[in-house]
Amino acid sequence: MAVQIAETLVAGDAPDRNAPNYKPDLERIEIELLLEGVFRQYGFDFRAYAYASIRRRLWKRIEEEGLKSVSSLQERVLHDPQMMEKLLLDLSINVTAMFRDPGFYMTFRQHVVPLLRTYPFIRIWHAGCSTGEEVYSLAMLLREEGLYDRARIYATDINEVVLQRAKAGIFPLERMQEYTDNYIRAGGKKSFSEYYTAKYGGALFDQSLTKNVVFSQHNLVTDRSFSEFNVILCRNVLIYFDKTLQSKVHGLFYDSLITFGVLVLGSKETLRFMQHEESYQQIAPPEKIFRKVR
Amino acid sequence: MAFSVVVVGTSWGGLAALSKLLGGLPADFPIPIVVVQHRGKESEHLLRELLQDTTKLTVCEIEDKDPLKACTVHLAPSNYHVLIEQGFVSLTTEDPVRFSRPSIDVMFTSAGDVYRSETIGVVMTGANEDGARGLRHIAQLGGRALVQDPKTAEIPIMPAAAIKAVPKAEVLPLASIAPRLVELCQQANQVARLKTV
Ligand SMILES: C[S@@+](CC[C@H](N)C(=O)[O-])C[C@H]1O[C@@H](n2cnc3c(N)ncnc32)[C@H](O)[C@@H]1O
Repeated sequence: MAVQIAETLVAGDAPDRNAPNYKPDLERIEIELLLEGVFRQYGFDFRAYAYASIRRRLWKRIEEEGLKSVSSLQERVLHDPQMMEKLLLDLSINVTAMFRDPGFYMTFRQHVVPLLRTYPFIRIWHAGCSTGEEVYSLAMLLREEGLYDRARIYATDINEVVLQRAKAGIFPLERMQEYTDNYIRAGGKKSFSEYYTAKYGGALFDQSLTKNVVFSQHNLVTDRSFSEFNVILCRNVLIYFDKTLQSKVHGLFYDSLITFGVLVLGSKETLRFMQHEESYQQIAPPEKIFRKVR
Repeated sequence: MAFSVVVVGTSWGGLAALSKLLGGLPADFPIPIVVVQHRGKESEHLLRELLQDTTKLTVCEIEDKDPLKACTVHLAPSNYHVLIEQGFVSLTTEDPVRFSRPSIDVMFTSAGDVYRSETIGVVMTGANEDGARGLRHIAQLGGRALVQDPKTAEIPIMPAAAIKAVPKAEVLPLASIAPRLVELCQQANQVARLKTV
């Protein structure tokens, strides 16, 4: 299965786009028209997503349907809501892991936890939480640091399907070894296996970890700020946006953070060239943890 | 016709091969170079430093939306795929492709899509077949395909697979790859000058 998906991902054998007379400029027009149509017909706004990734995902769908061009996919998508649903799954990349980048969690413990201790009540926003692994990871950390009970955590994603999985809190058993290693390197203070039991063919996580968590749908492109936060985590989400859209979403984060609030990005993301770059100070580089200072 | 990007893929034995290749390029080599070297999840800082010691070009680890620059080696970070865009790079965390993330095929394919005949792809030593499909894509779109002669490779599997996928690729001993890149880029400049006269 995995191999089969991998085969289609490379898209090296697409009939039309390999032809020497193929016109990349025309393809760009087709893609822009398709995304415009999807937005106007269904309300999903992918128009300012990073082009290379969108193009790659669209071709995956085109090939799987045995079609030949972006325009032919457009025709199908606009007339068939089920095709739109398929495309939506193609366009959303939900890969995640518990304690992904253990060094980040270690640094968070050392440098952010002390800041959070100074507040009687903390509000945290995971923007683009996918299936929730990151939310459970941070919840464990907060509990171990004695901060969980004063935390209110909002976990949002554009994709309803992944939010349902996050709520269920059942993750693949076969990844527990990897997560245990990550947990230890992230400075975990207990035994990782205390947090889950083998059940329903997976690892069912301690439901009290989500006692203070609200999972809800939120689209970073079209929805507005809904509260003020001490910490916003948005890791490996903005990489799918173009720079203009990244900048716009940074405006949303800036407006949603209290002064001295903390913004966390993925390990290969930056605030460079963003309008709000000057408003933040990076705490403990190379981790991408920033403090709003003005 | 000028070239816009050189993409390089290697795996097992890649550090030595990359050192030789990058060490052989002049400090003013004008075409941005993007490198995928397979490696463990958290070894990137070390690799950057090791490579920097071997070359006069600037070696940097890619961050999302980094602009492609002359005289620069852009190194794919571990655990992300690199996609080439018009003048910059994007990262993605999609699943590994044929067990690799970063995948050479994914990066090469995106380079070919954007720069077509202005792309030079180079496949060197490695113990798997990543890179072969990507190189074929580049070649089909009119780009240049260079492959390290498997006889000079620490592990011949990867270059051999690339040659099989792209029979018309130029097969070169490791020591000749850098000089060939310099030559290609000078030829391109001459043609460009002729055109402007
Ligand atoms: C690669 S996952 C990142 C998961 C997690 N933060 C991590 O770093 O492991 C990206 C997530 O962003 C979500 N996403 C994409 N576009 C979005 C949008 N416009 N608004 C909210 N979430 C979005 C996707 O549905 C996906 O779950």
